[in-house]
Amino acid sequence: MSVFLGIDLGSTTSKAIIVSEKGSILGRGITNTRSDYNVAADIARMDAEFNARFSMLRNRVIQESGTAESWNDLFVALENRFHYLQFERRCDSLSAAMKEQLTHSRNGEELRTALDDILLRVRDLTRAKFFEGRVSSSSEFFRDLFSAAYMKELDGLDRAIFDTLTGVYDRSINPVENQVVEFDFKTLTEEAISLLPNTLANSGAKIAKHLPEVIAESLKPEDYVGTGYGRQLLPFEKQHIKSEILCHALGAHCYFPMTRTVLDIGGQDTKAIQVDEHGLVTSFQMNDRCAAGCGRYLGYIADEMSISVGELGPMAMAAERETNICSTCTVFAGAELREHLNLGEKKENVLAGLHLAIVQRAFALLARSGGARNEFTFTGGVARNKAVVKYVSNMTRTNYGDLTINIHPDSIFMGALGAAMFCLRRR
Amino acid sequence: MSVQKENSMVKQKQMLADHFMALSEAPMTGRKVCYTFVPGNLTELITAFDMLPVYPEINSLQSGMRQRSRDFIREAEDAGYSEDVCSYVKCDIGMMLQGNIGPTDQQLPPPDLLLLSYTGCFVFMKWFENLRHLYPKAEIAMLHIPYQADGKVEPSAIEYIKEQLRTEVIPKFEKVAGRKIDDAVLAQCMNRSAMAEDLLINVFESARHRPSPIDAYFGGVYYIGPIFTSFRGSQACVEYYEELWKEVQERVALKLGPITPDGTFTEKYRLVVEGPPNWTNFRDFWKLFYEHGAVFVGSTYTRVGGVYDYGFRHSAEDPLKSLAEYCMGCYTNRNLPQRIDLIEKFIKDCDADGLVINSIKSCNSFSAGQLAMMRDIEERRGIPVGFIETDLVDPRYYSYSNIKNRLDSFFQMLEQRKELVGKAVLVS
Repeated sequence: MSVFLGIDLGSTTSKAIIVSEKGSILGRGITNTRSDYNVAADIARMDAEFNARFSMLRNRVIQESGTAESWNDLFVALENRFHYLQFERRCDSLSAAMKEQLTHSRNGEELRTALDDILLRVRDLTRAKFFEGRVSSSSEFFRDLFSAAYMKELDGLDRAIFDTLTGVYDRSINPVENQVVEFDFKTLTEEAISLLPNTLANSGAKIAKHLPEVIAESLKPEDYVGTGYGRQLLPFEKQHIKSEILCHALGAHCYFPMTRTVLDIGGQDTKAIQVDEHGLVTSFQMNDRCAAGCGRYLGYIADEMSISVGELGPMAMAAERETNICSTCTVFAGAELREHLNLGEKKENVLAGLHLAIVQRAFALLARSGGARNEFTFTGGVARNKAVVKYVSNMTRTNYGDLTINIHPDSIFMGALGAAMFCLRRR
Repeated sequence: MSVQKENSMVKQKQMLADHFMALSEAPMTGRKVCYTFVPGNLTELITAFDMLPVYPEINSLQSGMRQRSRDFIREAEDAGYSEDVCSYVKCDIGMMLQGNIGPTDQQLPPPDLLLLSYTGCFVFMKWFENLRHLYPKAEIAMLHIPYQADGKVEPSAIEYIKEQLRTEVIPKFEKVAGRKIDDAVLAQCMNRSAMAEDLLINVFESARHRPSPIDAYFGGVYYIGPIFTSFRGSQACVEYYEELWKEVQERVALKLGPITPDGTFTEKYRLVVEGPPNWTNFRDFWKLFYEHGAVFVGSTYTRVGGVYDYGFRHSAEDPLKSLAEYCMGCYTNRNLPQRIDLIEKFIKDCDADGLVINSIKSCNSFSAGQLAMMRDIEERRGIPVGFIETDLVDPRYYSYSNIKNRLDSFFQMLEQRKELVGKAVLVS
């Protein structure tokens, strides 16, 4: 089977997509971007490959049983367990690195015992989260999951122990995160099957039966393209690197062929792209010198409010009105946020104002590029935020009339999809 | 790597050295000095009074190329000029505040006359207001050039300029020079200007060849050096363009492209550009294009001093009328539709693949409207347009990675389009 790989190394997340020679998506992988871009790209690619193998397994099982019902849920449960086992393996590396840090501490032994207890509880908490399907695969990665559970466990500890254990984590996470942990798909899948509830043992056996043939399939890409903010740092030759502008446009064109304008709000780039009927870019504008209209703005606000990025949108949706946020600077917006909260404004309203501010900035860029034309496709990580989507829809209607607005659940993968489709186009 | 120098380049360098030497010796020789601006300049008139011109914006760009502008701009900002003021102005003022040492490390003489020919750029007036404070003894002559708001030159505008020349500008020159205008010298200058202009237009139009023997932007800024500054109307200027035209014809015959700091390259993309280049990182900026095989076949910046593409030539027949027409026609004095027409002409004449707009952060009068121009060209010609932002001489606004990122996308747009035209999916 010929497959093609697209990798989008964004400033916040790294995405990979594997497509078949017919252009259908076989697998998606995503992880947080880290200082070693190669590791980020490798993990995203590996996850896309695992995801593709799960799709192949599911297709075979469904074909055999003749019904898709029940299998889809089962596969979700299976993949969740698989991802938990990946988490556990990474946790092993991190635990070892953290304990190593304590070797020379004055009360090292005591701290190591305390750490062991905490790490056990971290695993328990995270296991439950995975098994109950409460982990967002596209925004919660190893670092987020571990630190959320770990900090919760440290909360309330004696100040000296708290500081030491926080420091141990801070010093260990980056080196560990920048290591590639190899996973064996077969071993991990078998283990994941064994973690399914007993009532599903028969179904597990049916899946396991197809494992050898699925593993035998080669997913070595016939061609690959890397794109995104960090593309120049990928160990790829020149012909395997494409601009993210062209990749986002092509990705959007593949999902929505009538797309004529693409607005992509990513981690630190906002792009307004005009596209023709072939998916070719006719012009584009990108934010310059300032990232205030981008995803990082939301990340900063979430940090300021000590909540996760995922909570921002829903909170803003509960607003009664939008507080007027006039700042065009991320850092100053933080100051404005505190000022409004001090004055007694409801945080939902302030958040709504901040979301509106981002969208207004993005629309200024859109206007520079020539405005929105029909159909208008909104992509990027920020497109998952409901409040942003609301304001984008409102402003599109107000400024450009009744356009068809396309937002796809895979919008964060648009760049990677476009990269993979470039491979197909040049075959 | 040392830059390959052609005879014309060597000649121009000598002309500049001689000019700056004459300027540094002006206090001894007693020759009077006139500070004035490039767009629609009156070099023939200055020469007819045997005065020496100084162009502040040329000094600024030279300071930018010589990595001195950062310090000069800091000096001007310390003196109270804000971050948003035109960087040419701040660089020039900073240079003056630090002793007015010019591009050849020689002292520039103070102006005897500040000649403000006011064409298109609204900053010029404020700039000279500040120079007036720095040089309170200098005489001031102001020539107001009506903007071509309706896209045409009204006879009344020509009369208005002639009247100003007759009643304001020439009398001020006579007062400073202490003599009457030399009509014979003026007529001779006008004739020589026309000769140089014919040759320059030949050079520019040579870009219609494939490969283009010239880079009409990065090479073009050197080609316009003599004609838009101190030398138009001189015999040396005519000889420079004769030499240049000879070199260009040789390259056409040999099917050679332009010479870059890294030698020659194979032409892959033919581009037209709107906006001045960045001077502080001139070579880096150039390289971002030639490393992709891109050559500029047309550039509007090389028309800021004057536009010869529609047939205008200086004429001795009615010198004041000719000078008035020249001032009215320079690129900065044309309205947006006229600027778009000129860009479209370059694209058509030279069969260009794309347009690049280099928008200048600190130049409000020239950068305003460039997005509209971009969209208009896209609609008229259906070719990709790349939009980048730099600055003239403020190195703080030259972001290599931002520019490269945008240009990489732009070149891939061009590549994609060429591939599809090749596959006949698109009609070129």
